[in-house]
Amino acid sequence: MTTPDPMAEIRASFFVECEELLEALQDALAHLAEAAAEGGAADPETINVAFRAVHSIKGGAGAFGLTALVAFAHGYESAMDALRAGRLTLTRDGAALFFRAADLLADHVRLARDGVAEAPAAAANLLDELGALCSGDGPAEAADEGDFVPLALPFDFDAAGAEGEATAEGEAEDEADLQAKADPPAGWLVRLRPGPGFYASGNEVVHLLRALAALGPADIVCERRDLPDLADLDPEAPCLGWRIALAGDVAEGELRGLFDFVEDRADIEVAPAAADEAEADEAEADEAEAEPPPAPLEPAPAPASVAAPAPPPAEAAPSLAPDTPAPGTAPAPPLPAQGIAPAILPTPASAPAAGGVEAGATVRVDVDRIDRLVNLVGELVINQAMLAQSVAEAGLPANSAVATGLEAFMMLTRDIQDSVMTIRAQPVKPLFQRMARIVREAAASVGKQVRLRCEGEATEVDKTVIERLADPLTHMIRNAVDHGLEPPTARRAAGKPEEGTITLSARHRAGRVVIVVADDGGGIDRARVRAKALERGLIAPDAVLTEAEIDNLLFLPGFSTADKVSALSGRGVGMDVVRRAIQALGGRISIASDRGRGTRFSISLPLTLAVLDGMVVRAAGETLVVPLSAIVETAALAPGSVSPLGPGMGVIRNRGSFVPLVDLGAELGFRPPLDDAAGRIVLMTAQEDGSRAALIVDEIVEQRQVVIKGLQSGYGRCRGIAAATILGDGRIALILDPGGLMPQPGQRLPSGAAPFPPVPPPPEFHPEPRPAHAG
Amino acid sequence: MTLTVLAVDDSRTIRDMLRLALTEVGIEVHLAEDGVDGLERLAELEPDAIISDINMPRLDGFGFIEAVRLQDRHRATPILVLTTESAPELKARARAAGATGWIVKPFDPPKLVQALRMVTG
Repeated sequence: MTTPDPMAEIRASFFVECEELLEALQDALAHLAEAAAEGGAADPETINVAFRAVHSIKGGAGAFGLTALVAFAHGYESAMDALRAGRLTLTRDGAALFFRAADLLADHVRLARDGVAEAPAAAANLLDELGALCSGDGPAEAADEGDFVPLALPFDFDAAGAEGEATAEGEAEDEADLQAKADPPAGWLVRLRPGPGFYASGNEVVHLLRALAALGPADIVCERRDLPDLADLDPEAPCLGWRIALAGDVAEGELRGLFDFVEDRADIEVAPAAADEAEADEAEADEAEAEPPPAPLEPAPAPASVAAPAPPPAEAAPSLAPDTPAPGTAPAPPLPAQGIAPAILPTPASAPAAGGVEAGATVRVDVDRIDRLVNLVGELVINQAMLAQSVAEAGLPANSAVATGLEAFMMLTRDIQDSVMTIRAQPVKPLFQRMARIVREAAASVGKQVRLRCEGEATEVDKTVIERLADPLTHMIRNAVDHGLEPPTARRAAGKPEEGTITLSARHRAGRVVIVVADDGGGIDRARVRAKALERGLIAPDAVLTEAEIDNLLFLPGFSTADKVSALSGRGVGMDVVRRAIQALGGRISIASDRGRGTRFSISLPLTLAVLDGMVVRAAGETLVVPLSAIVETAALAPGSVSPLGPGMGVIRNRGSFVPLVDLGAELGFRPPLDDAAGRIVLMTAQEDGSRAALIVDEIVEQRQVVIKGLQSGYGRCRGIAAATILGDGRIALILDPGGLMPQPGQRLPSGAAPFPPVPPPPEFHPEPRPAHAG
Repeated sequence: MTLTVLAVDDSRTIRDMLRLALTEVGIEVHLAEDGVDGLERLAELEPDAIISDINMPRLDGFGFIEAVRLQDRHRATPILVLTTESAPELKARARAAGATGWIVKPFDPPKLVQALRMVTG
């Protein structure tokens, strides 16, 4: 494994983390908005989660010098902080603003990821709005905005650390530093007198002294004037002071920087050596009799007596007590009364045993690697099928060792495949969150109040499916906001709450995932749909259409019920485009509507695009694969069970209802229609919308897993054909799309001619690639 | 002697950067994701110093530092606070909780190392 640039890797992982944080932010905001809408109090921890998400994005962005992102995140964080501190109470409008800010933050992150330095256009305005929101509730906030100047520090390990000294802390030091540089003094006299809390905060004089000594030749004297009698001594209270004469050319800023951490825990005086000489002499004279000659402290290597790592204060004294050779180096409070214990040094013996590996619950893997694995497993499945075929052709008995071994191999292959698929599976939650944004933006642009309810966000679907679902789902959500929901006045007139609700749900069902977009709007105005279809020549004037058939007219290319062309959905709505996109994923879409109560679109998708369980059948000499998930049952047609409806068309009675009969061989153009279907085998298939069909086949060969190989890039989309696969004998078989073989109301009725037009039927055939619908 | 450091931060990016910055100069780094995790890691470690973020879920930096200081063997373990703000009141709060010093985020690796070496000797 090569890791070319660790920083590039961290950067990439930062953006992954950002996505997670943005997701957490969305969640938290959704909760907060809910609370705001209901007039309840916001949960402090939820606010904290939102705050931390923004805060962490800001922190990471700072490390990479993403100034636009840092600036925006900071402004947002300030607003969040006002919320957290209770200076701001979230109203409905406030929540909307926070949502917009979150969306914009996501834009910032994506721009930054793509290397764009500028902020999105709306950033400044939104920050102003946030500032106004906060200042409206608490005047202190606005002033806070300006004081954070994002620092773009180079993350460069070769850079000298000393330069960074002044950047982070304090302007005072800066000035002092400059002054010092202009006029370097000959040396410094430093006095250090630890005060209460100095040791309790984990600071240690000896370290400071050593750092001082590292700056230049240091003359260190311990001041023991305030040392109390042993009986009065508080073993943990500091009672020593030090005086350090530092020779050499040292900048004051650098010198003071050493005391950054202790400046309010100790009395610290720093003065140029010359100016302070008299005083120093005086002090020296003061202690001359009590003091052995000061021992100069060697910068390096450190004297043995201070080599021990910082011991806790209570123990420090005993450890050094037996022989304190150089008073200047004595780091600790003086000998405590009870401290007669032998020298105790911290024992780090147990430390290495703990191990240094971070116990991570997850591993991040490049998607390309997974894709490769998926492809390899696909090949493995094909290979295994070929092997099985060879074994069968070799005429080995079913109970031979080879056959049983092969069976075990098949099961293993299947397990591997399932496991690999779960790696690619992802919850639909991020997708749903993107839709939440679409809803907000769409609602704002058409002036409607819309609430999005999400269900089954944890449902996992193949990553590719999720990615390719985004566009069609966006269309559908916009449609729902724009056309599905009535304007507020109409809703009020209908006795509904002004706020419309769109429900987005996902769930697993029979090896597929079903995604539903439902609105509580006015439902489909079928009279208008019909009139529109007539007007556009999509149906014959005398066509008799069921409600479901009228609803399905919406999927015809170019159909639009919106009288006004709105900026949002544009012309033509594009449900035909949506349907095509869903079909390209091996999925199907159906529609259900209840006048006055809403419309419901259901999308049914395969869990994965890589393999499927299929029934291998033969029709007119061709080998075909029917997805197992579509098959309800199989049957042999008894004579007289078929009720003819017209030339080449009939229905059969099945479990109390009539099911249209589809002659597969004829439908796909392999041969002319059969005269008599009696005795034939049929596969009963069912769709999500409950529609069923009986497919006539010549033979059922076997049930097996097949690897899906796309056809569309080479051949365009053919009705009734989903993809192809490679069988065990190396031959190619078409995978059927039973939903596409269903009789289509919008197609057969207007023409009045053959109910099952030859493949490919004109309205459905679109050579790919087709320009994406602009929405 | 190799320094052993426990670094606590809820941001994976910052953890990654800390790990990179410190291992680069031969410091042994142990990472934790929040205060609670930090205390758990601490139970099995004898770090020479601790680095802690302030804003964290479950147990924030202040709480974490206070809890560390309550442990006898860590009464004087140096603790550096990583913070995006250099607001004095934040420093004072961290100090009151028992922090030894602080590092401003985004941190400058040499400066962080320097500060670590300084507080650990």
